Amino acid sequence: MSAGDVLVVAETRRGELREVSRELIGAGLAIKAASGGRLVVAVLDHEPGRFVQSLSVDGVDELLLVPTPNEHFEAHVSQRALEELIDAEQAGLVVLAYTIDSLGFGPAVAAARRLGFASDVTSLTWADGPAVTRGAYGDKLVAELEFPGKDCTLVMLRAGTFEPAPEGSQATATRTVELALDGVAETEHLGFEEVADTGVDITKAPFLLSIGRGVEDKDDVPRFEALAERFGATLSVSRPLVDAGWMPSARQVGQSGKTVKPRVYLAFGISGAVQHLAGMRTAETIIAVNTDPEAPIFGVAHYGAVADLFEVADELEQALE
Amino acid sequence: MKIVVPVKQVAALDDEFELLDDGSGVDPDFLELDLNEWDAFSLEAALQLREATGDGEVVVVTVGDDDADEALRGCLARGADRALRIWDESLDGADPLAVARVLAAGVERERPDLVLCGVQSSDAVNGATGVALAGYLQMPHVAVVKQLDFDVAQSAATVKRELEGGLVEVLRVRTPALLTIQTGINEPRYANLRAIKQAREKPLEVSSPGELGLDADLVAAAAGSRRRELKHPERGEGAEMIDGSPSEVAARIVEIVRERMSG
Repeated sequence: MSAGDVLVVAETRRGELREVSRELIGAGLAIKAASGGRLVVAVLDHEPGRFVQSLSVDGVDELLLVPTPNEHFEAHVSQRALEELIDAEQAGLVVLAYTIDSLGFGPAVAAARRLGFASDVTSLTWADGPAVTRGAYGDKLVAELEFPGKDCTLVMLRAGTFEPAPEGSQATATRTVELALDGVAETEHLGFEEVADTGVDITKAPFLLSIGRGVEDKDDVPRFEALAERFGATLSVSRPLVDAGWMPSARQVGQSGKTVKPRVYLAFGISGAVQHLAGMRTAETIIAVNTDPEAPIFGVAHYGAVADLFEVADELEQALE
Repeated sequence: MKIVVPVKQVAALDDEFELLDDGSGVDPDFLELDLNEWDAFSLEAALQLREATGDGEVVVVTVGDDDADEALRGCLARGADRALRIWDESLDGADPLAVARVLAAGVERERPDLVLCGVQSSDAVNGATGVALAGYLQMPHVAVVKQLDFDVAQSAATVKRELEGGLVEVLRVRTPALLTIQTGINEPRYANLRAIKQAREKPLEVSSPGELGLDADLVAAAAGSRRRELKHPERGEGAEMIDGSPSEVAARIVEIVRERMSG
């Protein structure tokens, strides 16, 4: 293979292909068009053959099926497998998702193999080699990174940012890669747990009033519950309020909580960390109230107000009486 | 039992920040420094394990210039036993892989039973330093841990790993291991005044990569990227801003909501 070759690592969980995988392939196709190299997609799974159809995309040169001994994702197995794939395939660019599973092994591979590396990548280009942009200082700024002197660079792409590859018109050629992965696992899977059901499903609510870190006191939470009720909205929250134990995780919007798509998302005191935005950016109308004019949430909101959330809440309470 | 907690002094932009003219970074006058939010939780997890077992040592380690001493003193005041700060000028602007390489030299020396990192730092949000460190240490690792039960006698930990969408995986890992700790796993303590005073007497060692036996070329080779430029994001269309008094803002919000919900 050559420096312009791309190796994409698809993600699966509990027998399903994760949506972000098609975004990775979409990004890989764009790089292939610029670099003139080959595009290879690897799937590491207990039964990788079941993903051939869903991973067949026109323009992908080869699908590598890598059987793993473990039924579920195991970080050390994925780490070893990827290290061996990188050694064997000699691709100049390795593309992973910036997700919990891939963050569990991607950086270790980059360290062990002294690769170029960037995570939470929001744009990826090719000009004699890869270059990326990513957020800095909580997404208030953007950093451009380059990878001088690296034969191989591993990039981890932010989910929901790259255009997914279209459905393929025919099956992509496959190759099964048998690696010695027995005994590599360092962890034992004991089970999965789902978040406790509290009777409220924020994913079904047409109007969410969402509060975040700007609500600094637990005693202020009931007030926003009352405001939501008066407004005909359902109350949701960002992560810090769940971490503090003020609200159950069933109310949490974001990567580790729920992905919501209400008609209106009204955010009070939420700055808009990337993990939060991942859970609400597709809402039909987003209104954000925040004291910080640089808050990243204003980048995705349709309407914004730089204002004190308590003063606005006071006025809303009066207006809705 | 020994637990090493790598920490970071993070920088937040204040409201009026300015970029340096050459685009290489932010004018340091506009940065507010603090201990990374995630590291307060990893430190607390370490302190609770030490207290539960009744013995042991908690060592905090950072890669940073002398501004980072404040964060380390804060960790000592909360209850860490010792601190190690590693620095030389060549580490200015180091990427997560280079930082992990340097941390590895500091951690290896301590031979810990557990290494507890924060999942990510609030300023860079790479989410990579901890797992890269595990790669250098060749240590078992679990990322994004939201519950931790360490069985010292069995040299194993049962942990819950937070996945997307409210899903959690329960798994067991043998130790020594490196875990990256998620916020909300515990309630970090605050230091009282007496503890803050006592922390001044606790050991804070300052070292350099060279003193830890790390060749400068090795650290440079570990670096995963070079920053070409730092700039303001293209905001796209961005939000339509509602100006005016709080009552005008509230009135406009009611108007928008009623219009969108009735359509």
